[in-house]
Amino acid sequence: MKSFKWENAVGVFALLLFAVAQYMALFTAPAERHMSEVVRILFVHVPAAWIALVTFTLAFIGATGFLITGRRGLDWFVEASTEVGVVMTTLLITLGSLFAKPTWNVWWVWEPRLTSTATMLLSFVGILVLRSTVRDADRRAVFSAAATILSFVNVPIVYFSVRWWVTVHQIQSSPATVDPDMVFVLRANAFAFLFIAIWMIAKRWRIAKMRGLAETAPPLPPEVTA
Amino acid sequence: MDGLFTLIVSYLRQLARQSVHVYRKDMLVEWRSPSRFLGVLFFAFALIFMVAFASNTTDVMRRQAGGSIWIGLLLASTRSLDQSFAAEMEHGALEGQVLWPVAPPAIFFGKAFANASILFVVGLVLTPFALALFDVTPRGSLLELGAFLFFGSTALAAPGTLLTAITSQARGSSVLLPLLMFPLVVPILMAAAKGTSLVLLPDVMDQSTAWLVALIVFNVIHWPLSALLFGPVVEGGTH
Amino acid sequence: MADSPPGLVIDDLARRYGRRWAVARISFQVAPGVACQVTGPNGSGKSTLLRCIATALRPHHGAARLDGKDIWAWRRTMRRDIAFLSHDSRLYEDLSAKDNLQSWARLGGYSANVDALIERVGLDPKRDDPVRMFSAGMRRRLALSIALMKQPKLLLLDEPFAALDPQGRALVIDVIREICATNAVVLMATHHPEEAAAACDQHVRLESGRQVVA
Repeated sequence: MKSFKWENAVGVFALLLFAVAQYMALFTAPAERHMSEVVRILFVHVPAAWIALVTFTLAFIGATGFLITGRRGLDWFVEASTEVGVVMTTLLITLGSLFAKPTWNVWWVWEPRLTSTATMLLSFVGILVLRSTVRDADRRAVFSAAATILSFVNVPIVYFSVRWWVTVHQIQSSPATVDPDMVFVLRANAFAFLFIAIWMIAKRWRIAKMRGLAETAPPLPPEVTA
Repeated sequence: MDGLFTLIVSYLRQLARQSVHVYRKDMLVEWRSPSRFLGVLFFAFALIFMVAFASNTTDVMRRQAGGSIWIGLLLASTRSLDQSFAAEMEHGALEGQVLWPVAPPAIFFGKAFANASILFVVGLVLTPFALALFDVTPRGSLLELGAFLFFGSTALAAPGTLLTAITSQARGSSVLLPLLMFPLVVPILMAAAKGTSLVLLPDVMDQSTAWLVALIVFNVIHWPLSALLFGPVVEGGTH
Repeated sequence: MADSPPGLVIDDLARRYGRRWAVARISFQVAPGVACQVTGPNGSGKSTLLRCIATALRPHHGAARLDGKDIWAWRRTMRRDIAFLSHDSRLYEDLSAKDNLQSWARLGGYSANVDALIERVGLDPKRDDPVRMFSAGMRRRLALSIALMKQPKLLLLDEPFAALDPQGRALVIDVIREICATNAVVLMATHHPEEAAAACDQHVRLESGRQVVA
């Protein structure tokens, strides 16, 4: 493992960017008028939400690609991005809950955005469990690809839930509705999260690849003479 | 262009014919072993009974009626899906159909519609009992109630059939099916439960039609999608 | 592939399970109208080989060809011409013998005389009994009658003698001769080479996934 891995460069850059973006989020960004300092959680909550949806979308694209081409590399990619997506969604829900307590005065509300996010998390956790129970590599790849595509049906529901139903959770903000300083800090954090996610997926892909190669037979032995 | 058209038409006719025969075969198996269907029915019935026990006041019970019926149907569907694939896997009949050859989408449509039919019949028998137990007199039309039961059953059966095809080939299938299916069908269950409740209770804002449309949309998404994915899943080891 | 001879051609076929090559480097040919037996100890790869040819498994290397056509590549159409009696009987426990046959005939659109098939395998007194009440040998006979429904160009039999009585084994020999007479290929895996020799002119032997010269 002496050779240089491109994702390590991404990782170093991502951590530096994350440090700068977090510094801006915690110290230089203006506090919000109504919610004061608590609002700073949003600088990590919102990027986590964006990147969670991005990683699940990547898993969906990888799964579709796998079913069409049958390339094992795509199966490892599905495994990597699903797992990173689960981590991001867990982070998103935890941060959201921390934000909800001081602002809505509860840890959890049964409303469409939260419910659909929680079920999205559960269905992708289910796929990770499925992967761990199927021993045959070919079947595991096909089954998890199919389940990933099916589970992805619910992802747009998560995104649009705040528009389709009137709920407590506020609807997506656009740069027009947010202070320009905050927009910049938010974007910086989002890119930091994106690069961290890319770094993690690449690392996780390499692990999946090593495992995949370890459970496969060596190349066909040469002709033997009986 | 004309040749392609005829080809597509003949493929679709073949698909329809095979789907009907898979459906007939599945229903024949159900017919010949009524204890399976009765088991599922009483399982759902017992669940409704338990929910009724757990809710303390009549008022709460009334508002829960719609949701309870669908929780009963959802749990019953995992039992009946499990059984329907157990019969296929017992002596390799599912693989036999692929090699016969029956087109995988036809196997899917036949089995999924058979499962939907069973679920719908369970719903039809269960609902009057539930209404009596929960002391509810439906305010909306019975036809609409039937529409919710039908489209709810089909919307649960489509992804359920695909996921059971997966879990019945994996280890620990009885745990895995609910784990994969429940989170996936939450939106379907919500639409069915809210809609049914609105038919049972006063629907002041006339929202029940919107939920019915949502259920139909879920059907439109899940039936073709699951049918497409069914092929790779039943040929899983061969990919 | 135009130069590929008619009949069944196995060309450097291999299939792995996890870290192990279950069968590797299998190559032989069976001419039309010829029956071939595959023998070898348990776990030598006979079933895997048959399942690869039947397209229940994809070969990871090499190919099986029938009349010059790659079976796996053309599996959607070739499956109609290949009958496969596997270890699994493909039966539904709750259906009667007749219901099982009729369902399979309808599923494939095969115009088979179900009563004649049941009589052929000697099950006519039990035609309306559910398969649940059948013995292993009776299930084997019924499974054989399902495979015969197809009038195949290639008949694959995985240990057809298993659980059968002497009359049943004679029936299998009869069936193989009859199928061969239609210029089809028969390939059977068996542990009873002497008995199979009555119908098979060719012999392939496997040991731990490799072909050994018989």
